[in-house]
Amino acid sequence: MADKSIKTDMNDVKEIRAINRVSFKQRMISYKRKPLSLLMLIIVAASAAISAAALIFIMVYVLIRGIPNLTPDLFALNYNSDNVSCMPSIINTVVLTLFTLIIAVPFGVGAAIYLAEYAKKGNRLVKIIRTMAETLAGIPSIVYGLFGMLFFVYALNWGYSLLAGAFTLAIMVLPTIMRTTEEALITVPDSYREGSYGLGAGKLRTIIRIILPSAMPGILAGVILAVGRIVGETAALIYTYGSATGYAANPLSSGRSLAVHMYVLTNEGLHTNQAWGTAVVLLVLVFGINTLSAFIAKKLGNKKG
Amino acid sequence: MEKFAIDNMNLYYGKFHALKNVNLHMEQNKITAFIGPSGCGKSTLLKSLNRMNDLVEGCKITGEIKLDGEDIYGNMDVNILRKRVGMVFQKANPFPMSVYDNIAFGPRTHGIKNKKELDRIVEESLRDAAIWDELKDRLKKSALGLSGGQQQRLCIARALAIKPEVLLMDEATSALDPISTGKIEELCLKLKDNYTIIMVTHNMQQALRISDNTAFFLLGEMVEYNSTDAIFSAPQDKRTEEYITGRFG
Ligand SMILES: Nc1ncnc2c1ncn2[C@@H]1O[C@H](COP(=O)(O)OP(=O)(O)OP(=O)(O)O)[C@@H](O)[C@H]1O
Ligand SMILES: [Mg+2]
Repeated sequence: MADKSIKTDMNDVKEIRAINRVSFKQRMISYKRKPLSLLMLIIVAASAAISAAALIFIMVYVLIRGIPNLTPDLFALNYNSDNVSCMPSIINTVVLTLFTLIIAVPFGVGAAIYLAEYAKKGNRLVKIIRTMAETLAGIPSIVYGLFGMLFFVYALNWGYSLLAGAFTLAIMVLPTIMRTTEEALITVPDSYREGSYGLGAGKLRTIIRIILPSAMPGILAGVILAVGRIVGETAALIYTYGSATGYAANPLSSGRSLAVHMYVLTNEGLHTNQAWGTAVVLLVLVFGINTLSAFIAKKLGNKKG
Repeated sequence: MEKFAIDNMNLYYGKFHALKNVNLHMEQNKITAFIGPSGCGKSTLLKSLNRMNDLVEGCKITGEIKLDGEDIYGNMDVNILRKRVGMVFQKANPFPMSVYDNIAFGPRTHGIKNKKELDRIVEESLRDAAIWDELKDRLKKSALGLSGGQQQRLCIARALAIKPEVLLMDEATSALDPISTGKIEELCLKLKDNYTIIMVTHNMQQALRISDNTAFFLLGEMVEYNSTDAIFSAPQDKRTEEYITGRFG
């Protein structure tokens, strides 16, 4: 009943001539009085337009160069040096992303929960951890690649492998996930915590049922950022995951991710067209993973208490 | 019968001495009102009764607070204490979930899983908080979309849903219109038979209308505590008289 009345109201809205609409003429008059605010509007509108234009230009350029090269050959089940199929790399990238997130997300989110919910506010250790995380987030990925190569590939003797690549990338994205999660937890209002404790809920229940669901969009934003870095990473992978052209069939076998595949193609200079096609695939992949994450976020956020 | 007994209680926020040697014994099945100017420590005292002050870093309490003769800062499980002593906060704080899940959160916390049982508790609590008719068609909608007054009554319903023995209300009606305020006051008078209610209010009329006993606070001290009739008709302390006749505060 109530819903129906709301709907009819919405239908009526079109026929109303609202007096609170600001007409073009009124706006011009107000700008004449305050030319500075017009200038401000022009500056911010121009910035928005230029930023959007740059992004759209790159997208359109990649699509124009890439789409004609999306031949069936490019998606052949198996790679050979004629078809330079990116199919194995697509699967490798998805598997690598999953492995990396499975390692990094529990640790990152767990550490953030400790920092935000358990550690005392002024704790020295917490401050040190936070500073370290910030520093680590800014280190070039090649440094992680070097470390991964020396430690996972050689010291642990895993060789160029999915495991070495995933662990290296997990360490690389850990600070990002930790920081964004902590940020998300801190912005959950204390009144939610008070409400939950006030009803006799313990700390664990409060965190799982109230705080994490409220923080979920922020946490997922961090994970999406991490996914972007994983999918787009090359330097840290070449020396850990390697660049074998087949499917990485088990955790200790080498493979190449899509970005590495593109890098190799471009580097060799023989398959530039296919490199463009691969770029389109990469775009679509990132878009797909992000959409999926947003969908999962929504599902998780709607869970009941 | 005596429900809460506060003896020689002092509370410090860091170095700030917020409550000074408070002695206060509150009766069961009665409504006790805390009055006093802003910042005098009413909310602070209320929050000590269900240990919500534990969450404030640097908050130190000395003295003794007993519920039914049992020291609440002793061996009592704090979550059980909070189930026995429910609270409605000064600012409405519904959880970002549906109306139904808001009310069911408390009972679920304390182990009630049966859907029928939960349905019954949700309806009963919302009816008690005088908001069932407004919300019965929007139980699945987010509680954050409610008006401020509706949110506060939802929080009252949420507190009632865990069937506490004592209900602490911190200016629970300050955001409500006169009609809903009237309903909540009626509710308090009705609940009195089964619950003990301790409320903070800035509204003298409200204290006068519904409370049995009133405590007047000033600058962290409890100045006077007596039956509400006595406080308002024949205050013993000059400061109490000045406050209730509106000469300061
Ligand atoms: N978490 C805190 N940390 C430090 N000081 C606090 C804290 N909470 C309250 N105080 C201080 O303790 C004193 C009492 O605060 P309280 O909130 O109990 O007052 P109140 O009587 O409820 O006032 P109001 O009527 O405005 O709600 C105030 O001086 C306040 O600044
Ligand atoms: Mg207060």
